[in-house]
Amino acid sequence: MAIAKRAPTELAKQTFEYAPAPESIDHIKIEPRYGLFIGGKMVAPHSKKRFPTINPATEQKLAEVVEADEVDVDHAVKAADKAFEGWSRLAPSRRARYIFRLSRIIQERARELAVVETMDGGKPIKESRDVDIPLAAAHFFYYAGWADKLEWAFANRKPRPLGVAGQVIPWNFPLLMLAWKIAPALAAGNTVVLKPAETTPLSALLFADICMQAELPPGVVNIVTGGGKTGSLVVTHPAVKKVAFTGSTEVGKLIARSLAGTGKRLTLELGGKAANIVFDDAPLDAAVEGIVNGIYFNQGHVCCAGSRLLVQESIAEPLLEKLKLRLGTLRLGDPLDKNTDIGAINSKAQLEKIEELVESGVEEGAQIFQPECKLPERGFWFPPTLFTNVSQSYRIAREEIFGPVLSVLTFRTPAEAVEKANNTPYGLSAGVWTDKGSRILWMAERMRAGVVWANTFNRFDPTSPFGGYKESGFGREGGRHGLMPYLELV
Amino acid sequence: MPAAKSGNGRVEVRKTHKLFINGEFVRSESGRAYRFEGNVNIPRGSRKDLRDAVRAARGAVPGWAARTAMNRGQILYRAAEMLDGRRAQFVDLLGSARAAQKEVDNAVEALVWYAGWTDKLAQVIGATNPVSGPYFNFTIPEPTGVVGIVAPEEPALVGLVRRVAPALCGGNALVVLAPEKTPLPALTLAEVLATSDLPAGVVNVLSGYRKELLPWLASHMDVNAIDVAGCTPDEVTEIEKAAADNVKRVVKHAPEEMSPYLITAFMEMKTVWHPVGV
Repeated sequence: MAIAKRAPTELAKQTFEYAPAPESIDHIKIEPRYGLFIGGKMVAPHSKKRFPTINPATEQKLAEVVEADEVDVDHAVKAADKAFEGWSRLAPSRRARYIFRLSRIIQERARELAVVETMDGGKPIKESRDVDIPLAAAHFFYYAGWADKLEWAFANRKPRPLGVAGQVIPWNFPLLMLAWKIAPALAAGNTVVLKPAETTPLSALLFADICMQAELPPGVVNIVTGGGKTGSLVVTHPAVKKVAFTGSTEVGKLIARSLAGTGKRLTLELGGKAANIVFDDAPLDAAVEGIVNGIYFNQGHVCCAGSRLLVQESIAEPLLEKLKLRLGTLRLGDPLDKNTDIGAINSKAQLEKIEELVESGVEEGAQIFQPECKLPERGFWFPPTLFTNVSQSYRIAREEIFGPVLSVLTFRTPAEAVEKANNTPYGLSAGVWTDKGSRILWMAERMRAGVVWANTFNRFDPTSPFGGYKESGFGREGGRHGLMPYLELV
Repeated sequence: MPAAKSGNGRVEVRKTHKLFINGEFVRSESGRAYRFEGNVNIPRGSRKDLRDAVRAARGAVPGWAARTAMNRGQILYRAAEMLDGRRAQFVDLLGSARAAQKEVDNAVEALVWYAGWTDKLAQVIGATNPVSGPYFNFTIPEPTGVVGIVAPEEPALVGLVRRVAPALCGGNALVVLAPEKTPLPALTLAEVLATSDLPAGVVNVLSGYRKELLPWLASHMDVNAIDVAGCTPDEVTEIEKAAADNVKRVVKHAPEEMSPYLITAFMEMKTVWHPVGV
């Protein structure tokens, strides 16, 4: 504890010198302008509108992409609809082989995908390289194997594909979210129109190239770029039978309303405000790493981020000392540098949202801590931030910030921890840190969340179902359960 | 038919029909009723009655969900016993024809069938997941919480039991809207459930005008799911719009369905991770 007796701000000033270790980008080829991927090839759009996609770490334009309009979306849906008959009737083992191919090509082109993901989205290369891309490949590999085993998945039911799936994904894990959407849809025999997020379209456009390389039958996967309006056109198109959306709770509700009465199947993976609960018997060093991974992973742009730390009162002080010390060692900067822990905020709009909420935290009376941290001059950045003295009613304790901002609250008893953890309209994930097995299970039973990480946080796997309770959405992605939203069980 | 007949000079003691909220048979707080066939008055539940019912259900969720699966199964089985014991009364309510006997038999059968599912569901629907790493990972179904049930008008008894039983099986607490035109089987079923050891508040039954109750059930922020088996397509559209406000689950399975997938339609899948190590 000697170390904890020293002022953490003083300790945080200790700097470790690291030589730059930039990831090479000479093997990356980004086109100046992209079309749309419809019917198995890149096509010129009907829409005349284009918008730039930029590198949020440098604000430099990477490429121009299309804002697909009604005619473009209609072309894409018709291509998917046309492809559905052939794809759904293809021998399941052959369907599996195409999906295996997609997985293998993602592995073969892993570094290219990782670098593009980092350039377009701002996430540290070590995360895109070690988490996003391997998990995306694994997801396709897992679901490829399901394609010819569907009749074993759901007891006493015959599985049937639904038709065209309209899928809209967010900017925080662009290729991984694409994989979560496309892999189960294809395995179940559906065809797809996918719209990547406005600020991160490039890895999806690379995936279009992968589909061509895999010789996937034309129209099975279609990719249209654009903003919210394009997304709305995709989900409301009458020939789309199934809608899958990952994004904010606000937009999820809009989509649910716009689909009312249409009979379309819907799954939603929405926001979160997860509690990460640390008991006094937890191994503190491991817990600190888990807290850091929980909220500062991917700049906190994670729907299941552990954004509320609930720490047992008796250990609040030493835990916070250690945590503050650890924050001082996080390296913020060039996302392409292999040593970087915290990359760029995905967009200017997101940065402004984070700044506004952090300001509200200070105004409402919370105490802010940020380690000394030099922000690059260009690009969008926000230092790792921690709030103490937070009341449950503060906006920073209630609203999803989607940034590297942690709110710390305390509790005395397990019952109080459960009460506070569940005191949110969200219910996506939760964390618990304790050495006591029976308490882990007791807590896990009571936390109203779709994923509970005990003595770990932010783990993902294609075999592991993921999704929310309450306003965090419905439906599961991953595992056998992730097939269900893409099948009619007759 | 409603038991309003008298014969042999006997003056029958009629029953006052009541709402069933938090384990008690109560009149509508509004004091209103509507005239059903003959001389029967049916309480016309209000928005406030609905709110009281939701509150009672919310309060009952933790206790009911925490019962062991076997205990929930025994209570559902007890409900089957109570219903079977009142067979003649329900046959009478449903019109005494052979179809009525069949319907009561099917309702008893549905309760017995779902009673047997409570302690098997997690084995059939849950999973342990072989993740790539040193973690033990499992997925289990859990109740979604408070469920609204809009039962079909016909068949008034078995149509309702086939929705109530699976939702109870999964550990939810319910707010049931009795059909406006065929309310008696639902209100009388409440008497069966009241004597089946179900904790107070686990099932609440409201009668009244659909248009006065349904919008508030669909938009209530503390209702987690709503079963629309008894709704018209137009009603479903309105419910889906209102349900979006708190991302309510709208359950649209076929009215006659009996399956474990209907139980899980009222449930959430929870996945738990823990590291493996020494």
